[in-house]
Amino acid sequence: MLEKPNIKVLDKVVVRFSGDSGDGMQLAGNIFTNVSAGVGNQVSTFPDYPAEIRAPQGSLSGVSGFQVSVGTGVHTPGDQADVLVAMNPAALKRNVNVLKQGGVIIVDIDSFKEADLKKALFNTGEPFKELGITSQVVEVPVTSMTKAALADSGLDNKSVLKCRNIFALGLVCWLFDRPLESALHHLKTKFAKKPAIYEANAKVIQAGYDYGHNIHASVSTYRIESEEIRAGHYTDINGNTATAWGLIMASEKSGRPLFLGSYPITPATDILHELAKRKDLGVKACQMEDEIAGVCSAIGASFAGNLAVTSTSGPGLALKSEGIGLAVMAEIPLVIIDVQRGGPSTGLPTKTEQTDLLQALYGRNGESPLAVVAPASPTDCFTMAFEAARIAIEHMTPVILLSDAFIGNGSSAWRIPDTDEYPEIRPNYLPKNMMDGSWKPYKRNEDTKVRYWAIPGTEGCTHRLGGLEKDYDTGAISTDPVNHERMVYTRKDKIERIAGNIPELEVLCDKDADTLLIGWGGTYGHLYTAAEEMNKNGNKLAFAHFRYINPLPRNTREILTKYRKVIVAELNTGQFADYLQARFPEVRIERINKVQGQPFLVKEVIDGVTKIMEGK
Amino acid sequence: MEETKYTAANYKSDQSVRWCPGCGDHAILNSLHKAMATIGVAPHMTAVISGIGCSSRLPYYMNTYGFHTIHGRAAAIATGFKVANPQMTVWQISGDGDGLAIGGNHFIHAVRRNIDINLLLFNNKIYGLTKGQYSPTSERGFISKSSPYGTTEDPFIPAELVFGARGNFFARSIDVDLTTSQEVLVAAARHKGTSVVEMLQNCVIFNNGIHNHITDKDFRAERTIHLRHGEKMIFGKDSNKGLVRDGFLLKAVKIGKDGYTIDDVLVHDAHCQSNFLHQQLAMMDGYDLPLAIGVIRDVEGLTYNEEIDHQVAEVRERKGFSSLRDMILAGETWEVK
Repeated sequence: MLEKPNIKVLDKVVVRFSGDSGDGMQLAGNIFTNVSAGVGNQVSTFPDYPAEIRAPQGSLSGVSGFQVSVGTGVHTPGDQADVLVAMNPAALKRNVNVLKQGGVIIVDIDSFKEADLKKALFNTGEPFKELGITSQVVEVPVTSMTKAALADSGLDNKSVLKCRNIFALGLVCWLFDRPLESALHHLKTKFAKKPAIYEANAKVIQAGYDYGHNIHASVSTYRIESEEIRAGHYTDINGNTATAWGLIMASEKSGRPLFLGSYPITPATDILHELAKRKDLGVKACQMEDEIAGVCSAIGASFAGNLAVTSTSGPGLALKSEGIGLAVMAEIPLVIIDVQRGGPSTGLPTKTEQTDLLQALYGRNGESPLAVVAPASPTDCFTMAFEAARIAIEHMTPVILLSDAFIGNGSSAWRIPDTDEYPEIRPNYLPKNMMDGSWKPYKRNEDTKVRYWAIPGTEGCTHRLGGLEKDYDTGAISTDPVNHERMVYTRKDKIERIAGNIPELEVLCDKDADTLLIGWGGTYGHLYTAAEEMNKNGNKLAFAHFRYINPLPRNTREILTKYRKVIVAELNTGQFADYLQARFPEVRIERINKVQGQPFLVKEVIDGVTKIMEGK
Repeated sequence: MEETKYTAANYKSDQSVRWCPGCGDHAILNSLHKAMATIGVAPHMTAVISGIGCSSRLPYYMNTYGFHTIHGRAAAIATGFKVANPQMTVWQISGDGDGLAIGGNHFIHAVRRNIDINLLLFNNKIYGLTKGQYSPTSERGFISKSSPYGTTEDPFIPAELVFGARGNFFARSIDVDLTTSQEVLVAAARHKGTSVVEMLQNCVIFNNGIHNHITDKDFRAERTIHLRHGEKMIFGKDSNKGLVRDGFLLKAVKIGKDGYTIDDVLVHDAHCQSNFLHQQLAMMDGYDLPLAIGVIRDVEGLTYNEEIDHQVAEVRERKGFSSLRDMILAGETWEVK
């Protein structure tokens, strides 16, 4: 172990890598994350990239960032960074405001020439002064050191420059005492098919690490505490991959083959990518001609007897509305994944929001109830995708899973579950004794109101479904007014009865506080951290987080009415608050809202809650 | 037609048929029931999937698995169904509005993918269920409720879309011609891949007689030609007319006149890979050249669903994962003890 002066021991640190969108910041950040997870840290990441694939080089619009928090008690990627790596002036300008007081900035000073400063719209030749930076700036000649390290490599200049990110990574690894062997392992996997590029990166990461060692007198380094974690096998996982895997688990647990009908859309496409790879587990993932065909092929696959899924983001969910209505009417299992992004319309395709809640709940013609669930974190995407599939299959209904760009792209370390940690999923199959040709397709289990599932290809239960209203008993087309109303209430009742098959709402933090903070979906990490910090500082606060949105957990009223103040914090203008207010008029719901395409900062939540608490 | 263990009655549901009296759909339904008995696939191994429109009510009249879905989307739903449950024989029922207007995109992509379904396109050149608007197959200038001064647009010719989407099977029949209808439906079912059958169908209420210039008994023999693979392209009441090559085009001639003999008359090759001649045959409209009925193109190709199944089998065999956990553990992981 190298001797390191100025060691700061911290329970967690936040590092933000930033550079041009072609600079490989996501790769550097990902490797740092994996290496940290490998030494037993909790990790939480926030890739923040522009919608343009390659904006003009060096420009402000082309800045790509990757923020990661590592250590113990990590539930968010952090509000502010302890260390900011800025590969050019534009990255510095864009990110300087996320640096913590007393943080360190590492810049590639080789890319701070006059022309570079101009591209980032600096007015003077003194960027640090112009931005009013008082923090420590470590000026590292990343470009020239990378070139020097690869002088004999035989690589062309362009390929050499592509290794700059890894020099910076090497330096950061030294700063945080990360084992290089592990980083090398990840690089080897990444460049498995390009041994020459791997060799170059291996050389450069060592050079970056050594550079850190050689300048150690001038910069403080960090030791990060690791947490005792549950034994088992771990992997680093992002929310979209976790979603895909949760569906595969549900397929294994239900015995129904998995089908995905989808169409590429940011930020949900990675789910299609992952499931397309999983032909090795028998998954059939079809890239269809449009969003509508995505949901419709899934509807066909569901009728045919598969666990059928379609994945999309907000604009795609709008296009799928009519199809989802058909699945409501035909009462077939269907999972619709909406990885929410900033809207309306094309909006902010790469940024996060929770603005599709009302679309998910109500965005169809007619009385069209369905189940809605929302994962709380990248790893929770696995559990909630499984739950979405379980509810869809056991209750013969479409289920919308409301993920978002933040948890979909963000990642954490995840303990790979044993197969028996998840329950069996029990499809409501048509019982054998009813397969005598007399069965009618809308006959229901009277306890759950769930109709039976007869898989095509089975003898004795041919039947016809459709979007037209059907007779409650015979399943034939019916326009009878009273029958229609009965069917409307039956479909509603069926969804409400799901509440008996989902867990109750839990209250976290200080249950005995007067004030309850409420969140739903992907904001869990920030809200939980905020609540913990408030309690630590003597401000009592209870916290409840909803992952089941429709129906709500059966004890929701009981919990909401217990507190003097109830505050809903969400990344929209108050959609969940309105939804709760309409259901529980006796509770006065206060609100904290943010609609900037960015996750909450813990500080924003604390300020918001404090203000409401003090407001009396 | 050959015998199987099923009769037409086995494919009929107990629902009373609600189409208008005299509608061409009755005859097509009849042909379909009979064709299914000939094909011999059990009712419980058959699925009939439709969109929206008069013709799309058809699944309710079948004693098979059936799904009456939403407007235009039957092809996408049938595609997902077939991929998910490839043992089933899948029929899609769409009208010209359902299949070629609102569902035009799904139609061409189903044909392009060559998903193994039988796609029946009921073409009456009108919107019937919404009471009489022009459709994407209505002729330019056609007067309807939504085109009171005549349309100002050209129609699709379904066959042209099929060939444009690289289709491998195209057949055509007329609602009242039960024999030909059964023949092409059986051929469609036996062809692997997307089999498009255009059914010229009469809407007795809103577009009565739209196909009369072809279907009228008095001149049907002169204005249509029944194509059969391997047989001479001969037509006419007295079977004395034939189709011959005329440069790059086709020409109708009288055999024995102007020096044309039976040897000059073309032999139909539905299995020819090139669709050049198939297109010309399918584009004949009953005016200068007789409208072609029967199987015009029937060529083998890789089907979407089978290729997915092959790929799944191949990748599973190669990677050999037994479960999700097995797959994840084969990737980048670390152990905490």
